[in-house]
Amino acid sequence: MRLDIILRVLAKLLIPFALVFGLYVQFHGDFGPGGGFQAGVIVAAAVIFYALIYGLPAARRVVPTDLVQALMAVGVLLYAGVGVASILFGGNYLDYFVLGADPVSGQHRGIFWVEAGVLITVASVMLKIFYVFAGRRRDAEEPEQ
Amino acid sequence: MGAAAIGMARQRNLFGVVLLSGIYSFLMATVMVVLDAVDVAMTEAAVGAGISTVLLFGAIHLTGGTESKPIHRPWLPLLVVAATGAMLVYGTLGLPAFSDPSAPIHQHVAPRYLTEGPVKTGVPNVVTAVLASYRGFDTLGETFVVFTAGIGVIALLGRRRPRRPLDKSGEEGKE
Repeated sequence: MRLDIILRVLAKLLIPFALVFGLYVQFHGDFGPGGGFQAGVIVAAAVIFYALIYGLPAARRVVPTDLVQALMAVGVLLYAGVGVASILFGGNYLDYFVLGADPVSGQHRGIFWVEAGVLITVASVMLKIFYVFAGRRRDAEEPEQ
Repeated sequence: MGAAAIGMARQRNLFGVVLLSGIYSFLMATVMVVLDAVDVAMTEAAVGAGISTVLLFGAIHLTGGTESKPIHRPWLPLLVVAATGAMLVYGTLGLPAFSDPSAPIHQHVAPRYLTEGPVKTGVPNVVTAVLASYRGFDTLGETFVVFTAGIGVIALLGRRRPRRPLDKSGEEGKE
């Protein structure tokens, strides 16, 4: 454990920037390359990086696995909920024009929430898959000890 | 990229195969950048080279690091693959030239997206406008696909085991 001090210090330096970069990719997706999918993967990668360096239990304390599992569904429901909201406002399903005062702001609002749903689902699914794989490995090793 | 692909096919050491596939993904991402598809390049670099490499290493740790010898000769599959590839290459000969602006695909809805998209949605990045607004249903479907993948992995591997250590060891002995 003492030998990986370089990794630990570097991880501490890099992970905040990775998370901020994920948010940047998410919210700057309107203007440059990026969007919910890419941002979700970057956020998940930051947490996976943390888990690789500091161990799976530490990562599970930061991002509990139950929370990840719930967020998987929350993202999809958020996306679908935007569609339902646009029906309630008198438009078609996923018709963003009715969501704001004028069509352009409605589009902005719709795209924002839809991208947020994609971000949440993608990040939590990637993280959950990693948790399951890595947790399996730890379980498999335990009987030998 | 060709070298990486051939190396992957010939390697028996799965550790090397995963590393080569990561390299392949990064090269693919640079190709996408050259083609001006920056969004796709970003996804390819993050998913193909980043997350899937880590997941594949996790899978190797679970299953073991060498590929077993194939029990049959791969000549028939090779023939099928070569024939299909030749047919696909033959098919591309009938396509319009690369980035030909008068190609049918650039005449259908693409001009509308490009001219109206930024005005109607107020989003300068046309890729985002098409993805989230014009093709909102498709993206909803994609999100569901990702969600289903997560559900599938949970169903296969993620069952919660009993907390008590006695039961836990018994449960794991069976699996």
